[in-house]
Amino acid sequence: MSEPALELEGLARHYGEREALSGVSLSLAAGQTLVVFGPNGAGKTTLLRVLATLLRPHAGDVRVLGANLPDQAWAVRGRVGLLGHEPLLYRELTARENLRFHARLHGVSDERVHELLGAVAMGSRAGEPLRTLSRGMVQRVAVARAVLHDPELLLLDEPHSNLDPAAVELVAPLIGAASGRTRVICSHDPTGDLAQADVVLGLRAGRPALLSAVAEVDPGEIAELYR
Amino acid sequence: MSGVQTPQRPRETAQPVRNAGLWRTVAALLRKELLVELRTLESVPAMSLFALSTFVVFHFALNRNSVEGDLGAGILWVTLLFAAILGINRLFVADADQGGFDAFLLAPVDRSAMLIAKALTLLAYLAVLELIAVPAFALLLLGAPLGPALPGLVTTLVLADLGVAVIGTLVAAMAVRTRARDLLGPLLALPLLVPVVIGGARATSPLLVQAHPAGVGGPAIRWLLTLGLYDLVFGLIAFALFDFLLED
Amino acid sequence: MERSSRPFGYGNGLRTLSVVTVIAIAVALGLVFFYAPLEAEQGFLQKIFYVHVPLAIIALCGFVLGGLLAIQHLRTRDPRWDMRSYVVIHMSLIFAVGTLITGSIWAKGSWGHWWVWSEPTLVSFLIIFLLYATYQPLRFAIEDPERQARYASVFAITAGAFVPMNFIAVRLSTAYLHPRVLGSTSNLPGPMALTFLVSLVAMALLFATLCKYELTAKHTRSQLRALRRRLSGELADAPTRPRSAVPAIQHAAAAPARAAGRPVL
Repeated sequence: MSEPALELEGLARHYGEREALSGVSLSLAAGQTLVVFGPNGAGKTTLLRVLATLLRPHAGDVRVLGANLPDQAWAVRGRVGLLGHEPLLYRELTARENLRFHARLHGVSDERVHELLGAVAMGSRAGEPLRTLSRGMVQRVAVARAVLHDPELLLLDEPHSNLDPAAVELVAPLIGAASGRTRVICSHDPTGDLAQADVVLGLRAGRPALLSAVAEVDPGEIAELYR
Repeated sequence: MSGVQTPQRPRETAQPVRNAGLWRTVAALLRKELLVELRTLESVPAMSLFALSTFVVFHFALNRNSVEGDLGAGILWVTLLFAAILGINRLFVADADQGGFDAFLLAPVDRSAMLIAKALTLLAYLAVLELIAVPAFALLLLGAPLGPALPGLVTTLVLADLGVAVIGTLVAAMAVRTRARDLLGPLLALPLLVPVVIGGARATSPLLVQAHPAGVGGPAIRWLLTLGLYDLVFGLIAFALFDFLLED
Repeated sequence: MERSSRPFGYGNGLRTLSVVTVIAIAVALGLVFFYAPLEAEQGFLQKIFYVHVPLAIIALCGFVLGGLLAIQHLRTRDPRWDMRSYVVIHMSLIFAVGTLITGSIWAKGSWGHWWVWSEPTLVSFLIIFLLYATYQPLRFAIEDPERQARYASVFAITAGAFVPMNFIAVRLSTAYLHPRVLGSTSNLPGPMALTFLVSLVAMALLFATLCKYELTAKHTRSQLRALRRRLSGELADAPTRPRSAVPAIQHAAAAPARAAGRPVL
C-alpha cells in the first residue's frame, strides 16, 4: 500500500514558555481529508503552518508526503498548497501578474495560469489590480494560486470565508473533495465541514482533545471544544 | 529539580529541489519588484525629492551659497545616506504586509534569490536617486566643476552603493517584522553604514574642488579598498545570514 | 526529545570564580597605586590607562564573542546559546560605556576636552555603542521568542563582524595630531607592562564573573517559573510571559533524575 500522506507522532511546538502544539499524533492516507476543529488560539493555524514547512516542529516525528520535517523539508516544498487567511497576493498587481509570478517561482507554465484563471471565472478581470476587486474575487484568485502548481497536499484554513455559495461550487473541483488531493481543513463550522471529513481532529490549547474517523465522531464532542 | 530542555532539533539539509534556477528566480522577483514600484511609485520619487529638499535645508542651515571639498562631500554623502534610509524602510513593507514572505517560502527555490533580488532593487533605486541628486547638488550647492570629478565620483558611488544595498537589505529584513519597523531600520542602518560614509566622503572630498592645472586626480586607493572590503565582508555575511531572517 | 537535568548546575563554581576575581582586582589595584611608576607627562591621571584600555579590550572581545555564541545558536537552534550571547553582549555594552567614560575623563585631564575626535579608539567605541544600543530595542520589538532569538543572533553576528571593520575605517580616517597615548600598549616599560597585564586579567575575570552571575540568575528565575507553573496545575493554561527582550528558556516541568553534571556555562 502507498505511504500515508501524513504521519504525525507527538508533534510539539512551543512559543517561548508556552506550548502552542503538544502531543499531536495522527495518520492520514493519501486522498483523505482531515478536518481540524478548535477555538481560536487552539493551534490550528500553527499545525497548518508546520505541515506547510513554514514552521519547524520542535519535537516529535513529522512525515509529510513521505519526507521527514524539518530535515527533508525541501522534498516537500512545491508539493504542498496553502490557502490561509491571507491571499498571499500583491494588491497592486493584477490577477494575471500575481499568478504569473507564482508560476515562475514554481516552474509552472503560463498556459496553466490561463487555465486556472478560467477555472475560477476570473478570466475577464485578470488584467485589473487586485485592490480594485472584491474580497470574493481576490479569494478566488487565491484559490488559483494555491493549486497552481498542482500540489498533492492541500492545506486550507477556512477556505470558504469570503466566498458566496456560487463561488464555493466553482472552486470545488479545485480544492473540494472531488479534487482527489489529500486535504487538511481548519474549520469553525462543525455542521458544514464535517460532511467532507474522513478524519476529525479537535484541538484545545494545543492538545488533541479529540481524534477519530468521521463515522465515530459525536458532534456534541466537537461543540464541547468551544466551551 | 527541573532541568533545561535541550532540544535536539535536526537541521534541514541544504539542497532544494530547484524548479527554477537561482537566476531565474531572481529575475522573477526583480520583475515583480519593479512592477510594484512602477505602479505605486513609492520609493524612488520620495527618495529623490527628499534629497532635493535636504539640499535646500543645508543651504539655509549652513548659510552657504556654495560648498566644496570636505564640506561639499559631506553634504552630498549625508544627503544620499538619509535618502537611502527612506528606501531601506520601504523595501520589504509590501511583502510583510501582503504575505509575500509566505508565498516565497512555500516555493521550491533558493532563498538567497530574495536577498539578491532585493539588493539589486535597492541598488537600482540608489542609481536613479544619484542620477537626480548629483546633478541637482552640482546645480544648487557645489562650488566646483562636476565634470572632472565625475569619473572618481562615479567609481566611489558604485562601491558605496553596493555596501548600502547589502547592509540595507539585511537591516530592512530585520526591521520589517518588528513592532517599531520605521524606527529600528534607521537606528540599525546608520552605525553600520558609517564606514561607507567615511570611505565615500574621504574619497570624494579632494575631487570636489577647483581643478588644479594638473587635473583633479582620482580618489585615494585606500578608501576604495576600504569600501571594497566592506562590500565583500558584509556581502558574504548577508548571504550567510539572510535565510534565517526569512523563516517564520 | 531529551531533557537534560542540571540541578543547581548554573551556579557551580560561581563562588570560586568570584573569590578569584576579587583577589585579582585587589592585586591589580595594588599594583596600579603602589607599584607602577608615575608617568612623566601626565602624572597621576595616566593611571586611568590601566582601567580604560582593559575595559576597551575586554568589551571588544566580548562583542566578538557574542557574535560567535550567536553563530552557535543559529547552528544548533538551542536557546541556551542565545541566552549566553545576550548576556555577553549586554555586559560588553556596559563595559563599552565604561570605556567611553574613562576615555572621556582621560581626554579632559590630558587635553582639556571631554571629547576628542582624534582618538580612533574612542570614536570607534562611540559608533559601536550606538550600534549595540539597538540590540535590546530590537529584541523587545519582536514578540515571538524564537524569532526574537534568531533575529538577535543575526544582529550579533553582523555587529560582531562590524567591530573590526569599523576600527579599520575609523583608524584610517583619523589624522594623527596627538601621539596616541590612550591606546598604545606597545613600548611599555617593565613595571607598567606587568601592571597592565594584571589589570587586563582582572578585568577579564570581572567580565566572566558578572556574566556568570547574570546567567545563573536568569536560569534560576526561569526554573522558578516552571516550578510555579507545575504547582499551579495545567501547563498549557499558564498565562504567557509579558513581552520581554530577555531570551526565554523552557524548563522541564517534570522532575528529572539528579545527574552529576558539569556546569553548563
